[in-house]
Amino acid sequence: MEQFLQQIVNGISLGSIYALIALGYTMVYGIIKLINFAHGDIYMLGAYIGYFCMTSFGLGILPSLLIAMTVCTFLGIAIERIAYKPLRNAARIAVLITAIGVSLFLEYGTMFFVKADVRSYPPLKGILTRSFNIGGIVVTAQQILIVCITIILMAFLQFIVKRTRTGKAMRAVSLDRDAAELMGINVDNTISFTFALGSALAGAAGILVGIYYNSINPLMGILPGLKAFVAAVFGGIGIIPGAMIGGYFIGTIEVMVAGYGNSMYKDAVVFAILILILIVKPSGLLGKETKEKV
Amino acid sequence: MKKLTEIKGIKKFVALLLTFVIVQLLLSFNILNDYIMATIATICINIILAVSLNLITGFTGQFSLGHAGFMSIGAYTCAIIIMRYPSLPGFIIGLFLGAILAALLGFVVGLPTLRLRGDYLAIATLGLAEIIRIIFLNLEITNGAAGLFIEVQYTNWLWLFIFTAGTVILITNFINSSHGRACISIREDEIAAEAMGINTTKYKVVAFVFGAFCAGIAGALYSSYFYYIKPDLFGFLKSIDILVIVVLGGLGSISGSILAAFVLAVISSLLQSFPEVRMVIYSVLLIVIMLFRPQGIMGSKELSLSMFNKLGSIGSIFGRRNGGGR
Repeated sequence: MEQFLQQIVNGISLGSIYALIALGYTMVYGIIKLINFAHGDIYMLGAYIGYFCMTSFGLGILPSLLIAMTVCTFLGIAIERIAYKPLRNAARIAVLITAIGVSLFLEYGTMFFVKADVRSYPPLKGILTRSFNIGGIVVTAQQILIVCITIILMAFLQFIVKRTRTGKAMRAVSLDRDAAELMGINVDNTISFTFALGSALAGAAGILVGIYYNSINPLMGILPGLKAFVAAVFGGIGIIPGAMIGGYFIGTIEVMVAGYGNSMYKDAVVFAILILILIVKPSGLLGKETKEKV
Repeated sequence: MKKLTEIKGIKKFVALLLTFVIVQLLLSFNILNDYIMATIATICINIILAVSLNLITGFTGQFSLGHAGFMSIGAYTCAIIIMRYPSLPGFIIGLFLGAILAALLGFVVGLPTLRLRGDYLAIATLGLAEIIRIIFLNLEITNGAAGLFIEVQYTNWLWLFIFTAGTVILITNFINSSHGRACISIREDEIAAEAMGINTTKYKVVAFVFGAFCAGIAGALYSSYFYYIKPDLFGFLKSIDILVIVVLGGLGSISGSILAAFVLAVISSLLQSFPEVRMVIYSVLLIVIMLFRPQGIMGSKELSLSMFNKLGSIGSIFGRRNGGGR
């Protein structure tokens, strides 16, 4: 039982990270129906920006987090403006290939500048190195930090999407782009804003991954990116609470498989769940069935 | 009319035969070195992969991101059989067994997942390819992450040529048959196709299984040409590579896929001497091509002799595109 609870705690901290990345996927998919493959690489860049803030400039975690989020925000907007906007009315597969191109560009561009070798993240200092033993379950301060940052960011996101005018515009565009445009909503700006939000969350997730796994490399974005996408599909793509639930679910499953089964198969299990979900309920956990009209 | 098509068929046959004989002669006189021959092998294997994926994605409209998974099944089956029975019949049996296993998996997985549409199918196939890769990574018989060494090379220009030309001819004929038109109608409008009495599930599965079979052949040729296979060779990036060839050549154009396989091989061998920036340039090229010509090199047209007469009109199309804004 204790071991089980311990796995749950580990799963929640890993799941937080997946949830943050999945949010970006799900928002972008909701608004322009694009699987933004470059999203995983934005989070990789977030991890590197955080790394250089902490090692070269000696900044603390929170300032580094804010800087990484800001840089990723602008990067997200730039990618959308340069690579996706000209293809707004092209076939979806062309946009998808472009997204893959951007993803490769970010990966190998980063590799060109920082070299391919793995770097270890700067160790945490002070109170953050401690761990607490609560009834036999070990909770590290690091895990608490990850979960807290995630919850604050998610609350902030919910506030933006539900309470502000821009959030309303985002929801309107994802519901019906043409109708939104007719109502006087600036669709292009709204889409850029969605990319900005998603990329900021990915940037934050990057630093958290750095803290969690302690090592970063230019290709680290591929697999967590795919798994975060699985999380988004699991919860119902395009639905923000769905991405959070999916992220926590996938994180917990992964930790459970690694803890009780064979850790080599943890990724296979995640993808098997994905295929099962798609076959049983393609619209995801919280998604609504949409009937196709002729 | 009948005479005309007969002459056309003969022309194609002669052209194919000439290609074979010329390359074979160059090889026998040692004019082509090993590096060029390896490039030719890569091109042939990529043509098989791209043309078969084009059948699934370009003609039937089913978006698959897991083609490398089927390729890996062919590669591993053939490699394991060659290592047990190192002989030419062993190679042929391994090749067909690999292709059949790939097709079988395509059938088992395709039947439930092909009900999914668009992006969901893409993600399901991506997941499938990842699962296959992870299983190969953990099995004893595949020697895990270290991979397999195949000591004898059975794939030579003859086999490459036979299977490449065979795949292209088979798939072209399939597309020009009534079954192929059924597939194309699914791409154009699935609901309308169903309303016209086409068994959409059946044709989607047929295209998928056929594509998987060809990918298995390509994998088998790969493993016995390049001596060495490991699970990471057949990951997500390989599936993307194949998709890029298809989209670059033009969805729904067989000759486009063949052309794109050549173009990409040339680009990647030109960039071979700059290993650090190779992938950066490749990705920038990909983005630029998609931004300026999202329909690919050939669109959905096929390369033919009459096209060269129309070069003037193509020029005017470019003129219109540049003038046209959004």
